[in-house]
Amino acid sequence: MAFAPRVVPAGDSAQMLELGESLDLEANRLAQRVAERIRAAPPEGVIDVVAGIVTVTVHFAAASAAQARARREAVSQALLAALASGTTGASPDERRAIDIPVCYEGAYAPDLGAVAAATGLPADEVVRRHTATGHRVLMMGFAPGFPYIGGLDAALDVPRKETPRARVEAGSVAIANGQTAIYPFATPGGWNVIGRTPLVLFDATRDPASLLQAGDRIAFVAISSAEFGELERR
Amino acid sequence: MTIRVLRAGALATVQDLGRPGMQHLAIVPGGAIDATAHRVANALVGNVGDVATVEIALAGPELEFGCDALVALHGARFETELAGSAMPAARPVLLRAGTRLRIGAAKEGAFGYLAVAGGIDVPPVLESRSTYLSGGFGGLGGVALAAGSALPLVRDAAELAGARFAALARRANPVDVAGTSASSVRWSAPAATLPQTDPMVIRVVDGVHAELFDQESRALFVRERWRVGAASNRMGYRLTGSSLALDAPRDIASQPVCCGTVQVPAGGQPIVLMADRQTTGGYPRIAEVIAADVARIAQAAPGRSAVRFERVTLDAADAAREAAARHVDELLERLRWEFGDEGD
Repeated sequence: MAFAPRVVPAGDSAQMLELGESLDLEANRLAQRVAERIRAAPPEGVIDVVAGIVTVTVHFAAASAAQARARREAVSQALLAALASGTTGASPDERRAIDIPVCYEGAYAPDLGAVAAATGLPADEVVRRHTATGHRVLMMGFAPGFPYIGGLDAALDVPRKETPRARVEAGSVAIANGQTAIYPFATPGGWNVIGRTPLVLFDATRDPASLLQAGDRIAFVAISSAEFGELERR
Repeated sequence: MTIRVLRAGALATVQDLGRPGMQHLAIVPGGAIDATAHRVANALVGNVGDVATVEIALAGPELEFGCDALVALHGARFETELAGSAMPAARPVLLRAGTRLRIGAAKEGAFGYLAVAGGIDVPPVLESRSTYLSGGFGGLGGVALAAGSALPLVRDAAELAGARFAALARRANPVDVAGTSASSVRWSAPAATLPQTDPMVIRVVDGVHAELFDQESRALFVRERWRVGAASNRMGYRLTGSSLALDAPRDIASQPVCCGTVQVPAGGQPIVLMADRQTTGGYPRIAEVIAADVARIAQAAPGRSAVRFERVTLDAADAAREAAARHVDELLERLRWEFGDEGD
């Protein structure tokens, strides 16, 4: 890695480990491992340990100046120690593997035609390529349970829509900028919706509330609208 | 035991101190946007620990109490009406069953907290009673108070009200609120977070991308009188003023952000991320509001207030955090004493 990792303050109540500037899959895996290691044995006062695309931020609480200084230092040391043992631990292929059933048909895939036109591929080839590659959750962000998923076939690299859709339905599987996202809630959204999953990505009353977490291996599996209806009823 | 909502007001939600520890699942801690005022409001009715209050933005609701209740309104100062009289602010008030309380417009500040002895008894979701509007969960079924909704109180809310007010009366003689059936005390809790100056001065430390901004923008950031835009809300405060620019365009991979992060989207107008922010963001971060001032900036009223930023060192931020924490701790301790807790 050409980038020299460093820990910087992210305000007075968080420290951030930077492993790179832009998406780098190796740095992304490392960020997840560092975050998991700290979450497993957090220094005193740690509230949240969050991995970004190529960063890890540790939020901490403190009541006094001395405590803030001590905790900031302990968090920085923990980040660097976790980084130093970075190459050990769960390898990518030991990660949780989750199949996401997706119906790529009709009303479930309002932007499939536009993606086909933009890529010059027939719609069924877009679907074939989306289901053929192994994907991985790069980061959780934007909304509870919302995954940013890497591993998209290079031929499917399309930009976000010029005009965001006012309403993207819950479960929508959408692509943009070389990644796939799945919308846990109906929200406005600018990604190209190519299908929908009947799985519930987030339910605050379920344990665990979020179906996915950073690092999960994802395979998209094409299903028919009949199968979608069947799975949705369950 | 409930409080009936007769009229909704601008935006009132049930809040506590939020749900920390879940940001890795993109679940934001949320909770009271002015956590200090929420804590003081709870202490004013003798609540110990973190129980839920009603957070009231800008213009309040009209409420009818189904039982006797000990209440306090702290944080923003509102016009209030209790059977033709104003409800005394920032102090415990014993209301009788059937009382109607109308909370009008905020005169000072943006967010007030109505605490009730025993707390607002909604079921916790993901370990918190706070309402997360974007996700539609927590509080009153994930939504704001609406006309016709009922705020559940604990079963013994009326008994708690009586017992706690009796404890207060042992410290000092209570007073009747003229023209009403309500009783209160002669003292009040000072405001800890309301704007003292215009513009309000908010302290920041440099953000992780401060050096990516051009020199003029960095100077402008702390010189400008930023107006708090009317579109500001619990997610973020949108500031309007001069445009800030980077030295050169930069693509920043999404990274975790904080409550108080000041980010600058392409348009150049800063946004201060608040309680219901997203957990990650990809805009350049010019500054971070220090912990001591997050609750203070929350009281800058959207569409009305202005702020100026003062850049401080991390050491100064730590000193300010300690001073703010001590101030609040002393206040909470004094309030506990009023309720008969002798302390140790």
